Amino acid sequence: MSAHRPGHSCCSGYTRSQLLRSAAAEAGKGLPAIEPGMPEPAGTGLSRRRFLSRSAGLALAVYGASKIPLSAFEPGIAQAAQGEKIIVSVFFDGGIDSLSVLAPVGDPRYQQLRPNLALPPGAGSTFSEDPNLQWHPAAAALATLHGEGRVSAFPAIGYDHPDQSHFTSRHYYEIGELQVGYRTGWLGRYLDAVGDDENPLQGLSLDGSLSPMIATAEKPVAAIDSVDGYDLWARVDDPIEEEMFRSFARFGSLPSDSPGLAQVRRAASQTDKLRQDLAGVGEFSSPVAYPDNWFSHKLAGLAAYIGVGLPIRVATIRAPGGYDTHADQAGDLEDSLRDTCEGILAFQRDLEARGLADRVLVEMWSEFGRRPEENGSLGTDHGAAGCAFVIGSKAKGEMVGEFPGLATLDGDDNLRATSDFRGMYCSLLEQWLGFDAEAIIPGAAGFARPVLVKP
Amino acid sequence: MAIPQQKPVTAERKHRRRRRRHVWKDKHFRWVPDGQGDWRVQAYVYRHHHKPKRGHFRGPGVKPPRRAAAAAPAPVIAASDPRPPGAFQGDFGHAQAVRLLQRAGFGPVPGQADQLASLGLVAAVRSLTRPSGSAVLSGPPPRDDDGNPLAPADAWGHDHLWWLDRMVRTSQPLVERMALVLHDWFATSNANVSTTQQMIDQSNLFRSRCFGSFLDLFRAVTVDPAMLQWLNGNENNKWAPNENYAREMMELFSLGADSGAYSEDDIREQARALTGWRNDWGDLGAYNFRFDPKRHDTDPKTVFGRTGNWGWEDACRLCVEHPLHPSFFVSKLWSYFIPAPPSTAVREQLEGTYTGSGWQIRPVLEEILMRPEFYEGPPMVKPPVVQLASMLRALGRPVDTGAWVWLCEEAGQRLFWPPNVSGWDDGRWLDTSRMRARWNMVTYALEEVSVDAWSDDYSTTETPDEALAHALAAWGSPALREDHRNELLDFGRRSESRIVANWQKGPYRALRQNALLQLIGVSPDLVLQ
Repeated sequence: MSAHRPGHSCCSGYTRSQLLRSAAAEAGKGLPAIEPGMPEPAGTGLSRRRFLSRSAGLALAVYGASKIPLSAFEPGIAQAAQGEKIIVSVFFDGGIDSLSVLAPVGDPRYQQLRPNLALPPGAGSTFSEDPNLQWHPAAAALATLHGEGRVSAFPAIGYDHPDQSHFTSRHYYEIGELQVGYRTGWLGRYLDAVGDDENPLQGLSLDGSLSPMIATAEKPVAAIDSVDGYDLWARVDDPIEEEMFRSFARFGSLPSDSPGLAQVRRAASQTDKLRQDLAGVGEFSSPVAYPDNWFSHKLAGLAAYIGVGLPIRVATIRAPGGYDTHADQAGDLEDSLRDTCEGILAFQRDLEARGLADRVLVEMWSEFGRRPEENGSLGTDHGAAGCAFVIGSKAKGEMVGEFPGLATLDGDDNLRATSDFRGMYCSLLEQWLGFDAEAIIPGAAGFARPVLVKP
Repeated sequence: MAIPQQKPVTAERKHRRRRRRHVWKDKHFRWVPDGQGDWRVQAYVYRHHHKPKRGHFRGPGVKPPRRAAAAAPAPVIAASDPRPPGAFQGDFGHAQAVRLLQRAGFGPVPGQADQLASLGLVAAVRSLTRPSGSAVLSGPPPRDDDGNPLAPADAWGHDHLWWLDRMVRTSQPLVERMALVLHDWFATSNANVSTTQQMIDQSNLFRSRCFGSFLDLFRAVTVDPAMLQWLNGNENNKWAPNENYAREMMELFSLGADSGAYSEDDIREQARALTGWRNDWGDLGAYNFRFDPKRHDTDPKTVFGRTGNWGWEDACRLCVEHPLHPSFFVSKLWSYFIPAPPSTAVREQLEGTYTGSGWQIRPVLEEILMRPEFYEGPPMVKPPVVQLASMLRALGRPVDTGAWVWLCEEAGQRLFWPPNVSGWDDGRWLDTSRMRARWNMVTYALEEVSVDAWSDDYSTTETPDEALAHALAAWGSPALREDHRNELLDFGRRSESRIVANWQKGPYRALRQNALLQLIGVSPDLVLQ
């Protein structure tokens, strides 16, 4: 049974995993532990000890020393990415309503277009760079970071001739180009250029499936479902286990004669490599308190991974909740947005405490904003320009592109864009990652580069 | 469900008298695979066209080697096997029958592939696409971890187990496979649907309409209670249209996003055509779905340049009548069964079949399942639940644990919970997280097959060849690529070389057996179809 109350609706099950877990927790029976702590091997005939031998046992040794031994990696890999700048992409899946996150309470048309959904003036703190805008109360944590000069806000980001399909527009953002059918993401192409042939951790998705944004053509990348361990279970012990994994890895390196076979081989070889690389990762502790939710737990794990020197260059994670708020927007948006912003604030404080804050920038984005005029279901339909944020100690902290106002909308009655997402990508590549955007973003020369990074 | 048999359209025969020729029926014997990697003798009736000589050879001859690479004997092509033009012309043997069962179902149970091969291509395909009566579920019914029957609409995860069990036990595998295809095509998630029963009802809608008219199916889905909730059709009224369903019905269900088939204006007009559906709200959520004329916009709408007082049934018909719909339909249906897209000529031929039949699904499906590209083309990755159901069928294991729910979720495919309205991305079934989940799924599947190396007495003399044969037999004797077979034999030898003490002889061989079972389960041979 869904834990969702009746009447809630949006066009897609963006919240699948989260909901499953919360539903399971509430149902409370027959619950497979997909929460932190690892599945109880119910009904498998396997002892718990054997399941955990690869994670917990080693984890104590490793984290007791608060450092992953470099021997956990093949020579060269750990050094290759250590000390590198890191980008963490946070995706608001479904098209977040930018007119709620940064509500234009000072715009005369706002009340008129949003008779039911407009945020009242004074409900949240004023956005200091444009007094007509006001932070959503649930984004207070983001407002705090903005006040510290750690947030560059894009109040109306987008592109010309906006596409209002989730999947098309999201694809554009993922690949960094207005084309369909690309198979590599913009950060994937960056990893192809600078990455290591043997290090799947350089591009890491934390959502149990690989983000298309870091899909590469050549270099290995990884997805994990949990930050608490990465074990492959079998009723096999050493020394036979060692031989078994050797054969599994060879399944991954034999020649292929079809794309399907090549895909399985690639997955097998990367899985075995990741198994070795994460063999020592298990429990971790955080120097700061995180909110109690799955998203925050993953961010805490990510900070710990970076802290012990895992060679990560790019990480992706989906913000909790769903943002395709066609109906009953107010309540859904508030909870999800609060969890996201508070998680990000804790992550930033964690990085500061670990002395890593100068190495990490967070980029928050969504595939589009929503239509300024609300619909009849207390929700909003697909729009055009939306919001994005670049967050971190090294973020410049200045608004990019002004809020265009609601007086003049585009031909589809949607918000006009005042910045292009590809310009943001070019700036991140050049100013943060120190890499020539021309090699990654098609037509890069044509985009203005906002200053996103503090000198 | 009763599905009317379609009569093949043939030219009327003109007074051709067929002379009945005498045949001499004779009992012969042959070797057939026993499903355990070995061979058994089967008696069959051989039809001689000339009087047989007394004492002639009646078989079965020399027993073939155990686990011969080409396991199937030459199949007997049934007389009723005139293959249509454009169909696959090669031998329809064991390997082809396995592929058909894997992609148009959930893989063979031991012995099933040879049985299907003996029907010949056309009859084999039709046995799947034209089932008669209702599906029979044979074998032990599904249970949860406590041994209790499932409560699919009420207990967490039991919906998933309920459908998985149908996949494992059904006598009509293509109905279940097409229901899965349509669950992806019209992807609806329980995330925004009041009750799980409404999801199950929708899957039954897919089962009952999966071979019929696409237009009828499309209309039924449009006003299906789960879909009305999922894409806000129940909140779409003339005062404030909600565009959600109008957009996705064209982008994802019938026309495609990138063909220029429709404009943003068409979406807004379609939304108006679709207005009027509503429901009541009770303790369990939404119920009593109905069309309310008071909420319907009765003004003229212009969709694809056609103006009329369109309603929801027109909205569906206008999409299906759109000149770009047949190519969308054919390409999408094809993609579920064959990994590389059809050539333009083949696609146009199938479009002709589709429009010529009045948008019927079955004729197109039958042509796809008989295409040479289906049998000769490269393999494709099995969706996670398909791999799981195939494994359970091969191992002869019923659905008896809730572990399948979260293992499938981790592998990327929780039934009734597709990731979004575009369904699952078939190009992204495998990454490190999902591959790990498949590995662990294999571990769970082997629960009863694996041995306890430390307490059971295991052979102290088993050779690498015997060990591999033993493990393959447990998996229902799947065919392995030569390079994988060699790797597994090499693994067997390497494992043996790790034995340095006398006490290790049995336990290490037992561990080797467990590892072989595991490696076969995660080998590309079992991940691909």
